[in-house]
Amino acid sequence: MDSPKKCGGKRFYRGFLAIDSGAKCWQYFPPNYPEESPMKLTRRNFLAATGAAAAGFSLPSSVFGQEEKKLNFYNWDTYIGETTLADFRKDSGVEVKMDLFGDNAELFAKMREGNPGYDVIVPTNDFVERMWRANLLQPLDHGKIPNFRKNVDRTFRDAEFDPGRKFSMPYMWGTMGIGYRKSKVSRAPDSWSAVWGRQSNQHAGRIGWISEPGSMIGMTLRYLGYSFNSTDREQIRQAATQLIEYKKNVKGIFEDNGQDLLASGEVDLVVEWNGDIAQLINEDPDIGYVIPKEGGYYWQDCLCIPAGAPHPENAHAFINYLLDAEVGRDLAEYIEYATPNEAARKLTDASYRNNPAIFPPKKVQEKLEPSLYLGEARAQLIDEVWTGILAS
Amino acid sequence: MQTEPWQSNKVVFAALGLPALLWLGVFFVLPLGFIFGLSFSDKSGIIGHDLTWTGGNYLRAFEPLYLGIFGKSLLVALAATAACLLVGYPVALAVAFAPPKIKMPLLLAITLPFWINILIRTYALIAVFRTRGFLNFTLEWFWNAGDSLLRAVGLGGLGDFAPLELLYTNTAVALGVAYVFLPFMILPLYASMERFDRSYLEASLDLGAGHWRTFFKVLLPLTMPGVISGVMIVFVPALGAFFIADMLGGADSQLIGNVIERQFLGANNWPFGAALSFLLMYLTFAAIVLRRLFAARAERADGGGYAPA
Repeated sequence: MDSPKKCGGKRFYRGFLAIDSGAKCWQYFPPNYPEESPMKLTRRNFLAATGAAAAGFSLPSSVFGQEEKKLNFYNWDTYIGETTLADFRKDSGVEVKMDLFGDNAELFAKMREGNPGYDVIVPTNDFVERMWRANLLQPLDHGKIPNFRKNVDRTFRDAEFDPGRKFSMPYMWGTMGIGYRKSKVSRAPDSWSAVWGRQSNQHAGRIGWISEPGSMIGMTLRYLGYSFNSTDREQIRQAATQLIEYKKNVKGIFEDNGQDLLASGEVDLVVEWNGDIAQLINEDPDIGYVIPKEGGYYWQDCLCIPAGAPHPENAHAFINYLLDAEVGRDLAEYIEYATPNEAARKLTDASYRNNPAIFPPKKVQEKLEPSLYLGEARAQLIDEVWTGILAS
Repeated sequence: MQTEPWQSNKVVFAALGLPALLWLGVFFVLPLGFIFGLSFSDKSGIIGHDLTWTGGNYLRAFEPLYLGIFGKSLLVALAATAACLLVGYPVALAVAFAPPKIKMPLLLAITLPFWINILIRTYALIAVFRTRGFLNFTLEWFWNAGDSLLRAVGLGGLGDFAPLELLYTNTAVALGVAYVFLPFMILPLYASMERFDRSYLEASLDLGAGHWRTFFKVLLPLTMPGVISGVMIVFVPALGAFFIADMLGGADSQLIGNVIERQFLGANNWPFGAALSFLLMYLTFAAIVLRRLFAARAERADGGGYAPA
């Protein structure tokens, strides 16, 4: 993490950051200090406040202590069980309306100007931190989510991105690695070198990268022996050089559709989320998934209630429902990401429970780092480096 | 008593103009003003902005990295516009000179793609361009037909067909942009050709000019307003296109539109994204001003023969 900096005065950022004369410097905020004081009525707070007021108007029933039986769920695509929402409706009478977002950036961009009316959202760990620091999440009432203590695995009871789990409940976790077509590689790739190192020369023109700047640069940092979360400018520059050098072997840098391109034979090796590849492996035994020996990172998607949610009671009930053992089992077996719900995992089929593409072996798990929120300046740095990689 | 023409009645004029003005004010000037202010702001905290009238965002856009991307976007937009013009002009000509009976169906065929979502059309292009796509299938068919023909006459075969790598290239991006914007080129061209007096062509041919000469000396200059309108309508949005590069582009097909999109999403730097957007707009204004200047000069040189709209 960058060292704390005093604010005020002129700062000149050379190289990666623009020269902002008279600009405020970026700040380092020690954990547990929200970036904006909740007391300050900024434009956005004002928007959120008016948004909440508007939600109040649409909710006359809440005056009588009872919420209307509705819930707005903002989720990733293919990220809920086949019948989960219908079952929840049968169970509680609450009708869930689900919208889909494509990635965390989209979710964040949508929420930052005020909650448009969602009750439950599913950000990934680093974005959970970015959002609660920006006062975009509301604290959870653990008393209304008893399944958390009852079912969730111990290792997920706390989190570095959300100390004490004040704002987030674990939903699914997973890794990023290389999905590959077994019949098209002489031997299974075991190093990131297969996609951005010397070994990639053997697969020239048949490699797909993923358009996730932070993940791509972070995993290249791992490949070079550094931390996934390095903030060292020189190390990040080295990672960029590495990617630029081997970009020539790449067919494309894809949005989250690498699994389709692998399935259709457009590419033979692709950097992708594990669950997407695990789903493909079920359909096509010629596909394999590996987390390279240099290690990588793990992410954790979380259930959160955004500030200004119109149905917080229903939201708590829904989160508790998703953390139920049997509901969690159906969910996990269907979407094939790793569940942090230990009680649910025990109920799952052995083919899911023992799938190494879903639950990496202990030895591999030890080489995984969590992705951390490292401040806005680092986010700017990563974007500028990524722009340079794409442009060269 | 003679009734006043409505154009000169100020109250009626204002009543008719107000909704449009209101619309422009609320949905154009206001949001644009917000983005304009943003382009001179600094990020504060995670989601805040301070209007400091900094020039830093614009300065940053002039770093070589971004200038290079601007240059590339200009090239792609120019290539796409040129392709649209080359394809669109003959098509517009054919429609304008078609018998009246089939003119409507032809125009309908040109506007038909508008009925389909632009994203869907771009996805369709993926199915055409990819390694195992329709274009390669067609080429393969011809290749195999030629192969068996050559074998039949004893000249040996062509060997195996190697599919062309068309998708995920800059060419695919330029073609995709051209494909999406082609109707915008054809329609103004068609309009200018409809208004064009055919007797000029007859006169030119009667007076001994060949077909080529007639085209370059008579038809093209007189349909120039349509050409210029078409070029502007295609070039300007092509410059800001981003999702086509996302879907059809390769590892180096980043356009300035993609960079702007990322500033508003992943990079979470709205001020810089706003500055880049406004630079694009200044470029567009510059193009319009240049066009006016050229038009004025041409008019003077012609002695006021015709004035392009």
